[in-house]
This record gives sequence, C-alpha cells and structure tokens, in this order.
Amino acid sequence: MIWRALLLLGAVLAGAASSAFGAEIPSGERRSAYDLMSRETKAMQDDDTANPGTFSVLDGEALWSAKAGTADKACADCHGDARASMKGVAARYPAFDPAHRRPLDLEQRINVCRTEQQKAPALAHESKELLALTAYVARQSRGIPISIAADRMVEFLDAGRSLFYRRQGQLNLACSQCHDDNWGKSLAGNAIPQGHPTGYPLYRLEWQTLGSLQRRLRNCMTGMRAEPYAYGAPENVALELYLMWRARGLAMETPAVRP
Amino acid sequence: MARALINVPAKAKRGEVVAIKTLISHVMESGFRYSNTGQLIPRNIITWFQCTYNGEEIFSAELHAAMAANPFITFHTVATESGKLEFTWTGDNGFSATESATITVE
Amino acid sequence: MNQYGTTRRDVLKAAGILAAGAGTATIRAVPADATPAAMQAAIRRVIGEASVKPGKVSLEIPPLVENGNTVPCAVTVESPMTAKDYVKAVHIFNEKNPQPNVISMHLGPRAGRANVSTRIRLSDTQTVVAIAELSDGSFWSASTNVIITLGACLED
Repeated sequence: MIWRALLLLGAVLAGAASSAFGAEIPSGERRSAYDLMSRETKAMQDDDTANPGTFSVLDGEALWSAKAGTADKACADCHGDARASMKGVAARYPAFDPAHRRPLDLEQRINVCRTEQQKAPALAHESKELLALTAYVARQSRGIPISIAADRMVEFLDAGRSLFYRRQGQLNLACSQCHDDNWGKSLAGNAIPQGHPTGYPLYRLEWQTLGSLQRRLRNCMTGMRAEPYAYGAPENVALELYLMWRARGLAMETPAVRP
Repeated sequence: MARALINVPAKAKRGEVVAIKTLISHVMESGFRYSNTGQLIPRNIITWFQCTYNGEEIFSAELHAAMAANPFITFHTVATESGKLEFTWTGDNGFSATESATITVE
Repeated sequence: MNQYGTTRRDVLKAAGILAAGAGTATIRAVPADATPAAMQAAIRRVIGEASVKPGKVSLEIPPLVENGNTVPCAVTVESPMTAKDYVKAVHIFNEKNPQPNVISMHLGPRAGRANVSTRIRLSDTQTVVAIAELSDGSFWSASTNVIITLGACLED
C-alpha cells in the first residue's frame, strides 16, 4: 500500500508545477479516457452485445415502464418514450432545480420523481435499480455533447472547482495535480485520464459491475488517502457539476467501459 | 431482468462461417475473495455453457473461476440451414439460463 | 508490500483462516496459489498423458492489460475444420491464479473456423497456456506471458 502511495507522490512531484487555481485543459485538448484504452476495451464499449453495461440499460428500460409507488405511476406515464423525452437530458446534468434551490444530479432527480411523483421510496445509492434507471436515461444522451448551463449555479461551480484544486488527504494531493497537470502519463501501469465523466454510469473493470460517478469519486478520494464524501453529499454534487462543466463539448458515452 | 445478449447475424449464405458472440450477466464470484471482515466469499460461478443449432451441439465449454465476471464467449459455426440457435448456461447454486436466436440461411 | 513484509492479500488470508477457526465448527482449507507444477498437473488431468507440441495455436492476449479482472483472450488454431481434420477442444490454463484451469471449449467440424475468444481473470503477472486437441489425437500449444498491474487507486 505504501509503495503505491509513494509512486503516486513521486510521479506527481516529478511532473507537476502545482498551482492553487491552475488553468483547465483547453477545449481543443480535451479528450475522453476512451482514447487511452486498449483496442479490446474500446471494442467492449462500442459493441452493445459485448458491453456488460447493456444489461443495466435493458433493466432500466423495463423499470421505466413499471408502475411504482402509491401513485401507481411509471416513468413512462409522464415522460412517454424515453428515447425522445430523455434525449440530451444527461448531457446537461447536474442541473439547477428551482424547488430545491440547488443543482441535482441525475440520481437525485430520479429519486425526486420517485418520491414526489410516484410516491415510492427513494432508490438507494448504487442500488441495481437506481443504476439501471440512470444508465437508461443517460444512454439516451449517447453521442450528445456535454453542455452545462452555468446560470444560477455559479456558487456551486465555484465550490466544485475549489474541491478540484484543493490539496487534501494524507498525500496532500489535489485532483488537478493528476488530471490537469499529468494526464496521459502513467501511474503504476495505468494511464492517467483527464477525468471527464463522459460515460457514467459505467462498467468499471476494477468493480466488475456498473457504478456511478459518485462511486468513482469516492474511489479516487480513498485512493488519495482522503476521507471520501458520503453519497449524495453536497460536495460530491458540486464536484460532479464542476467535472461535467469542465468536460463541456465532449460527447456522452454512457454506458462506458473503463479499467 | 436482462440476463443474456446474443450477437449472431440474422441472415447468412449456406456454407458461410458466422461468428456468434455471447454475453451473460453473472457475478462469477471466484471463491477466493475475502470480505472486509475476513470471511471467505463462497464460490458462485457459471460452470457450463452450450450452444445447439437446430438441436445439435455446435459448441460447449466448462468454465472455471478464472473466467471474468459477465462471461463473454465468442465462437464460430457454419451456417448450414435456417433455424434456431439455443444457448444454455448452468452453474453453482442451481443457476440456469437459456436464450435463443434465429438464423435465416439462404 | 507493507513495512512488515506481508502483502495485503496475505494479511486478509490469515484473517480469514483465523476467523474460520475461532468460532465455527469447520475450518475451510484455502487452496495454495497455483504454481507452474500445479498448472502441469491440471493440464495432465484434462488431456491425459499425450505429449503436447508447441505450434498451430495462436494465443492473443495484450502483453500489458489494463485490469487483471477482465483480460481479453483469443485463441486461433490452424485447421481446415473438415469432418476428417478438425479441432476437438481448446483448453486454457494459467500459472499463478489460485486455480490453474480457466476454460475448456469443445468445438467440432461444424465450427468452420477454430477461433474462439473470451475474457479471463489473472491475479498476477504470469504465463497463460492454450492447448488445442485435434481430431487425430494430437495436442498443440501456445503460451504467452502477461503483465498484470494493480490499479493505482483501489477502492478500499
């Protein structure tokens, strides 16, 4: 465990001119982690019948039409055919919700519908059902460029950006030191991506299952030896928001496959 | 709940060799992993897979714990006649799944 | 490897054995990691005493994989795949996983082409062996050394 941490530290210190508020990656250089993957892993993502994420999308499709809650309503009852109504939605999430006066990510938005419209219990974080619905909705945005409307969300974007640039944890590392300053270089045999959440929820080979962006962020923070934020915590949503804004222009890939 | 995905061409010429890709949703718990509390997680894997073409076996396999989760197996067959391809997976804890696909051979 | 010279896996294994012994009636025997000798024994159990010659088999695995949980693996065997001369089976073995067998695939003349692919799990950098059994009773093999790295940021 310690050698891995030292390798990480060494790689970062060797390469980085660490800055508190460095420049983000220029739009012309923005790349999805897809580009760093091997030919076989790319093929796994591109072929729906070889991509285990497809199972979640199919489960989500079934859930979309299933009646739920005391209101006995299905998503389809209000939203009709997801292929039309949900097209482009995931590409602009997290989005500001006037009722809650803050941004909600897709999982939270789905649960707001579940509890307030369907009158059903909220789906647990990382549950099969929530992942399936999120995957199904986000799949409808595949190929669509990410585009976050910053109005009314500036303070949340700033919060997310601060988190991205803030040194934290036992290694005193900031996200930016790997993902802004050292992307493309190798860390213990893995290529460091720029960290754009273009394909969530995605099938991570390390997890051997589909998982959300928040799971990945918590994973990163544990790896950095920092205390991860709880699922649904405002810090996680702010970070998701900033990352999606930072990824603007890149196409959605859900359900992606990543190492 | 979606279980298996099959990729086989819908149409083929007689005598043509076609590729068949199969993917099944299964955790393939190896039986060698430990939980956070130090308990050995029991093995739970698919152990056998078979494909028949109009009732005759054209491919089968015995799977072991070293197969990745969500087993993906591709193989080939000669398109001999129109008909039905049937796929069967069985494994630990009474696991059993079947899927089928049709092929039109002209 | 930590400062005590143990790996995380050794520590967890020890914990598991201790936990099993402490309160429960049975102690579950945990198999030792496979070794090259164990792989040879597994090969013998599957193909019997026949001699295996290198050749005819091509085993394609990326030399450096992104994640040992899902290693793409393709095997092609040179064979006309006719009713008289075909590949009966393709077996894949590994050297260092806890268990040496990976998969045994049964083909036949109806396959048309002896080309199969799958995704396997490899726990460590090691040699993977593919053995093809032909209809004339001969056995042919290919082997590849694969480098497995642990992900930089583990979840726990």
